[in-house]
Amino acid sequence: MIQSLFDGILVGAILSLGAIGLTLMMHILRFANFSHAELLSVGAYVALVFDGAFATLAPFLTNKWGALSATTALALATLLAIAIAGVTAVIADRLVFKRLREAAGPLTMVFASFGVALIMRNVIGLIFGLQSIHYSNEIAFAVVVSTDPFLLVKPDQLFVLALALVAMAALHVVMARTPLGFALRAISENPSLAQVNGINLSRMVTITWLIGGGMAALAGVSYAVTNHLSPVMGRDLVLSLFAAAILGGLGSVPGAVIGGFVVGLASSLALLIVPAGYKPAIPFLLIIIALYVRPNGLFGEAR
Amino acid sequence: MIGLISYLTFFLTIALILAIAVLGLNLHWGYTGIFNGGVAAFFGAGAYGLIILGGPDRAGEFGGFGWPFPLAMAGGVVLAGLLALIVGLATTKLRHDYLAIATFGVAVAVESVARNAEFLTGGAKGVRGFERPLEAAVGNPFVYSLLFLALVVACLAAVYWALERTVRSPFGRLLRAIREDEVAARALGKSPARIRLQSFILGAMIMGLAGGLYATFYAFVSPQDILPILTFQIWAMLIVGGAGNNKGAILGTLIVWGGWVASGWALTRYAPVDWQLYTGTIQYILIGLVIVLTLLARPKGLLPEELTVSTAVAPNEAQSNLSETKHQTQQ
Repeated sequence: MIQSLFDGILVGAILSLGAIGLTLMMHILRFANFSHAELLSVGAYVALVFDGAFATLAPFLTNKWGALSATTALALATLLAIAIAGVTAVIADRLVFKRLREAAGPLTMVFASFGVALIMRNVIGLIFGLQSIHYSNEIAFAVVVSTDPFLLVKPDQLFVLALALVAMAALHVVMARTPLGFALRAISENPSLAQVNGINLSRMVTITWLIGGGMAALAGVSYAVTNHLSPVMGRDLVLSLFAAAILGGLGSVPGAVIGGFVVGLASSLALLIVPAGYKPAIPFLLIIIALYVRPNGLFGEAR
Repeated sequence: MIGLISYLTFFLTIALILAIAVLGLNLHWGYTGIFNGGVAAFFGAGAYGLIILGGPDRAGEFGGFGWPFPLAMAGGVVLAGLLALIVGLATTKLRHDYLAIATFGVAVAVESVARNAEFLTGGAKGVRGFERPLEAAVGNPFVYSLLFLALVVACLAAVYWALERTVRSPFGRLLRAIREDEVAARALGKSPARIRLQSFILGAMIMGLAGGLYATFYAFVSPQDILPILTFQIWAMLIVGGAGNNKGAILGTLIVWGGWVASGWALTRYAPVDWQLYTGTIQYILIGLVIVLTLLARPKGLLPEELTVSTAVAPNEAQSNLSETKHQTQQ
């Protein structure tokens, strides 16, 4: 029980990070981006490449940080992954979504986002192979925190949880206290009125892709550190991310964070009752319940 | 020669079964403008429904009622419709991309039930032992395969005819009206949510019919038959052919399915051995590219939607109205 709670909170933190970009995009551009989850994979694999590169070029970077499996090399690689995943999101927008936005409606963008997801996911599979891999082949030992109730915790998990909370707090400060945050919120509240006030819509859209892609990359690396890397990790998480965004209410960053934790906890606790094979269906049930009971989510407004 | 004919029969049977599902999707996406991200779920509901209702008794498992073929088929179709009802009630009143997410989710859920609910679906091993209708009476397998193709063609023709009638009827005009301008349709006293729900259920039942035929043809169904890639293939077929054009939907099915089969054959035959493992991966990239590039370069497909002009309006006027409202879909 306690173990499930802890695991749920950890997964929840990762989902929260991933859902932030998704919820902003669904609100501002009004389209459900099914390729968003692939940015988690992109981030995780870019970090894998640079982690390997740093380890070869500068072996002194590979000393472990205490009990963690994180190294300076992986940390630097993660920073690059955040930037590159953000840029990947912008490129996908320029190549595909922006053109469809101008030529057709939001649903055509949803349609295309499935195609983009298929391409991204399978190109990753083609380059890195279809098998699951890890950043480090050494086993990260779990620490028994308590035996009754039984609780196993890996130091990596605590680190990832702390990192996710710091990233979300930082984003919250940006959104709540800076002119950039005001502009982003204004655009998502009312795009036309925001533009009348001199906010550049297409610049804000680009910044949102960068933020969303960066957060997704951080989520991807976090997932890979605590689980593994695999080309289908995005596909496995996409429905949970949508559940988090819908539960939290579209366009709300705090909503996405809370939605992520709710989905993480619910998925983890549900496994106490239902067999593990049904795990992929749990976010779907949460979405259906949310749509029947509270279609605008916890913090969303009717639009 | 007989080998070629029997391969062609096999190819056409599968392609035309898929064409029925593409026609169902055309009703959704082409005529009503609703996005179904879970074609595989409704296809699967029809397939599993038919096999469970009409299949043989399986020791210790649910199903095997041995219903006569037409009744079992109808049962599968109704099951697909019920699934659509549950999802549709929750989503047709909301933002349009919610239906995309919910239908994508229902496909994931149906696949996980198919994989895990062994008492119902046989789990990963699927359900075997279905007796195809009249197979014993016909005897000769070659003749039977031709007869089965004829059944598929008859079903396709019936669905095609019914859909052509529907989209040219006042109901079809209503579908296009809410696709083009929902606010205007509501202003005329129509209920877009209800019309969308009806169209969604009807299209899902057509997909269920395709699934039922598919399961009958193989006399077998397993989770491998309802993977998400089926949904993506069916979309690619529709947009290549032309959304909003039933002839285009069938043409697109033949082209995309032909390309899929040919690319699979070419990759296993000519690609280096260590690439063979990635045949599926490369084919998935191709489907993704077909979807994205068609939407960008030729969004209307090979056979674009034909303008259907209401007799109450002069042709020129109707045409300019259509092009004006085209950009205001899904407000």
